[in-house]
This record gives sequence, C-alpha cells and structure tokens, in this order.
Amino acid sequence: MAVAVSAPRARSLPWYAGIVGASTPLQAKKALWGYLFLLPWAVGLVVFWLGPILASFAFSFLQYDMMSAPIFVGLDNFKKAFFGDDLFWPSLGRTFQYSLVVVPVGLGGALGLAILLNRGVRGTAFFRTCFFLPSLTPAVALALVWTWLMHPQVGPINTALGYVGINGPQWLTDKNWALWSLMIITLWNTFGGNPMLIFLAGLQGVPDTLLDAAEIDGAGRWAKFRNVILPMISPTLLFNLILGIIGALKVFTIAYVATNGGPAYATWFLALHIYNEAFKYFRMGYGSALAWIFVIVLLIFTFIQMQLSKRWVYYAGEAD
Amino acid sequence: MATTALGEVARARSLEHRRGVRPTDVVFYALMVVLALIFMFPFLWTLSSSLKTVQELFDFPPPLLPKVPQFRNYVVAINTVPMVRWIGNSVLVVVLATLGTVLSSSVAAFSFARFKYRGRDLIFMLTLATLMLPGQVTLIPQFILFHEMNLIDTLYPLWVPFWFGGTAFYIFLLRQFLMTIPADLDEAALIDGASYPRVFWTILLPLCKPALATCAVISFINQWNEFNTPLVYLNTPEKFTIALGLSFYRNVPEQGGMPMQHLLMAASVMAIAPCLVLFFSAQRYFVQGIVLSGLKG
Repeated sequence: MAVAVSAPRARSLPWYAGIVGASTPLQAKKALWGYLFLLPWAVGLVVFWLGPILASFAFSFLQYDMMSAPIFVGLDNFKKAFFGDDLFWPSLGRTFQYSLVVVPVGLGGALGLAILLNRGVRGTAFFRTCFFLPSLTPAVALALVWTWLMHPQVGPINTALGYVGINGPQWLTDKNWALWSLMIITLWNTFGGNPMLIFLAGLQGVPDTLLDAAEIDGAGRWAKFRNVILPMISPTLLFNLILGIIGALKVFTIAYVATNGGPAYATWFLALHIYNEAFKYFRMGYGSALAWIFVIVLLIFTFIQMQLSKRWVYYAGEAD
Repeated sequence: MATTALGEVARARSLEHRRGVRPTDVVFYALMVVLALIFMFPFLWTLSSSLKTVQELFDFPPPLLPKVPQFRNYVVAINTVPMVRWIGNSVLVVVLATLGTVLSSSVAAFSFARFKYRGRDLIFMLTLATLMLPGQVTLIPQFILFHEMNLIDTLYPLWVPFWFGGTAFYIFLLRQFLMTIPADLDEAALIDGASYPRVFWTILLPLCKPALATCAVISFINQWNEFNTPLVYLNTPEKFTIALGLSFYRNVPEQGGMPMQHLLMAASVMAIAPCLVLFFSAQRYFVQGIVLSGLKG
C-alpha cells in the first residue's frame, strides 16, 4: 500500500514541488497554472501598488522636482509639514471637521432612507432610484450645478429662502459658510448612495422571527430598532463606517471644482494640499511626505475603529 | 405557546396588509415624494436650465421651466468646446479600462479561487489591503513612472493599469462569486481532457456572467466619472475626458461677458446621460454588486 502511493511520487515529483508547496505531481502542475493565472495581477500589484508605496516612502526623504536630480534631505519634509507649513495643520483640522460632520450625519441619513425603503411598499424601486440618482452624477457636474443653486443673488436656494423672509447666506463665497456648504452638497449626494443600498440589504437580512418575538415581548418601535435591528445590522454599519471615513478624509473633487480651496483657504483640505504641492509646484518629495502622513492618519483611524468595533459589532454566525 | 403567539402576530400582520389605505400610508407617501423631489431637484434644475434662453437665466425670480425649450443649446454647447473629442476620449478610456478590468481581474480571481500554491493567502491579504489605501499615496510615484515612459498628456495612464487587475474590489467580488460555483464542474471537464485555460474560458466565465456584468457596470460608471487621474495626467484640452472637460467650462462663463450657464448645464446633461441610461438598463447588476461587496466585507 505504502509502496503503491510513494512509487509514482518518487518517479515524477518535479524539482519545484517543494517551492510551490505541492506534494504530488498533479498538485505541482496545478500550482504552476495558479501562478500563471495570477501573473497579470502580480505584475499590477508590484508595479502599481507595492512599488509606488515603497517609492513614495523613499521620496518622502527627498527633495525632488522632476527637473533636477533628487537630493536627500532626511526628515526635513516631515519637519516642514509639522512646523514650517502654515497650511498643513489647518488643512488636516478642516479635513477632520468635514469628516466628523459628513460621516455620522451621512450614515444616519442613509440608514433612515433605507428604513423607509425597507417597508417594501409599492413604488419602492422608483423611490430608491430617485434617492440613488445623485451618486451616479459626476462630481464635477454636481459641483457646477450646486455652485449655481447656491449662488447668493440669483440661485434658487436663496430665492426660496427670500420668499419665507430669510436673507440667505453667501454660501460658497463666504469664508464662514463655504465649508458648511460643501458638507451640505456632500451629504445630499451621499444620503442615497452606496451606503443606503448596503444598509437596505442589511435590513432585509434581519429575520422576521426575531422582530415578531420582540413584538410579543412587548417591544415598541424604538426598542425593536435599538435592541434587535441595530445589533443585527452592526457589521453592515461597521463596513459603511470604515469606507465612509476613508471616503470623507479623501475629499477632493468637490472642493477643487466648487471652491478650489477658497475663499481664504476656508475649504483647503489635505488632499487638495497634497495635489497642489505635488502637481502644481512639483514638490514630489514633500507631496509624498504629506501623502504618507495621510496614510498613517487613515491607518490609525481604521485601527481604532476595528478595536472599538469588538465592543459593538455583533456577528450572528459567532457563538458568543 | 410561543408558536401560537407568533401565529397571532403573523395573522395580525396579514390583516394589516388587507385593510387598504391607512392615514399613515398617506403621510408616508407624501414624505417619500418630498424626499424624492429634494434628491432629484439639482438634476431637474440642470435639465430645465439646459433648455433656457440667456434671458431666462437671469430673470428674477428664476423660472422653474423655460417658456420654450431651447434644444439649440445642446448644439451650441457641442460647438463651443471640443465636446465630441471629450466624449470620444471618455468612451475610449472607459471601454479599454472596463474590458481590461473584467478580463484581468477574472483571471486573478480564478487563480485565487481554484488553485493552491505557496504564498496565495499572503498575496490575497495584500490584495485586500490595497482597498484601504488612499490613491494619493500611489499617485505621485505612478506619475513619475508614466513621466519616465513619456506617457504624460496621453490617455494610456488612464487605462493601462486596469489590464493588470486594476482595483482589488473587482478581484474580490469575482473570487467570492467563483467560490460559489461547485468545483466538480471543472474537475469533470479536466478529466475529459480540457486544459485549465479552456475550463476558465468555456466553463467558468459563462457561469460568471452576472458577476462580470456587475463589474463591468460599476467600472463603467466609476471610469466615466473619474476626475482625479485625468486632472493629473492630461494637459491639452483636446485630450480631456468629459469629466475633466466639464471643469474646464467652469471658467468659461466669465469669459467674453456672455453668460454660458445654460450651455454648461447642457454639457452636464450630456455627461450624466450615459450613466443614467446604463444604470436604468442594468440596475439589477449594479445594486447586486454594491450589496455583495458590502455584505461580504
């Protein structure tokens, strides 16, 4: 028996079997095919992801303008960001401020709309499409139409406010209102977008039997939501929260098109700062250092969330 | 005991459904209609303004609808800026990038889902990790790379990366889908003498059609709306994609003293239209893809 199994293996087990982690000739051949199919993505992963990440890390210690040879400057780029750049800290703070409003309000709105849609009444598909429409629109087109809607004199928003006797603000052109205006545009755009669809799917996964059982136990609407629905959709909430924070911290296009960071730097976000340093002034080294700071901030946020999530995310599949 | 009580609730529920229109339904529908109008308003405004005359742009209060729809605006918009070029460039980039995404990510997904080899799980973890990275950190080195290859101000940087797997999102989605297809199918074909490429191409890919369609629709919409990469790579207006070209319009209304908001809005409608058409015709795939990615994440 033992001889029958080991004989063919000894005869034809190829030399690379150990390297690819195979113990039979068939497995070895299969592993080679696996590598072959992986090849395009392996190249992409190295050339467009891993390589650039390492390169970007290396650039962050250089002064490099793409015209002259790069100069090694040690930690100067980071020192400049933390101590010598008047725009860095405000842009970071502004990005946080924006995210702090847009993420919770945005997710709350998305969940609210999902709950409305989840009643499953006639016309749900139509309403879902209406809500979803804004997130299909190119951000540039959105920024352009909102610049007009929010126009202080001829815009329909201030006209409508005028009818009810409110003297509307200067919106995007007022340095105290510009950031809030961008938040409003973003919120309006994201309420009905992907997070809403994901919530909707999460809500549809809550078993009716649980809700019925809660009803028998005398739970009201709020108690059912708080104690049954919310725990059941908590994994969905975590997913939306992580993606929401990444998306919010990356805010770029809407600010670039609608305000270009102004007025008086009131909407100058970190991503806009990186773009200007790197692609307007061609300070590739400094831009890379800023990008790395950005990545580290993002990683810290994601890590904290993953840690916190252990306390509030409930996975139905787990026996706990 | 519990089961009869559950039965009671179920019966009460179905009675509720049969009772017809209730006052709360009216409130509910009114709320939904108001919300729908709020969300649709900017789009409706864009549409209506694109058909207004210059005079109507500055009438106060602004009219909700044009008296006579000026379809001419669309012709003027197309002739004022290289709109046709921009749309052509966008179509080229979107088609090539989407084709590359679907082909190369399905090959990678096949490798992850069906083969066992050393390092597979590590590479898969790395693949997922790229989803967390902001584009800003890879953009600068990529820009320098394409600069060294003399490809700045060409359309290549916008689609070539997508022939190498593109974004991990699509690989992940297709892998999850492939895992649901029983491996017995491939094994039967292999015993009959089919090669692995043949199994992939003639057996698995046709079975993956819904997932492939999902990837194609999402990729189409993302590529069509992409702003950051064309902004960085393209300089010459004739080479712009439509999303970038639109932002070029932003500065036009101040030029020459002629108000051009109506043309801007006409151009916006043309930029939004393809995504709308695609969304309405393939809504099922799109929604399914978003939902799949959310639930498995």
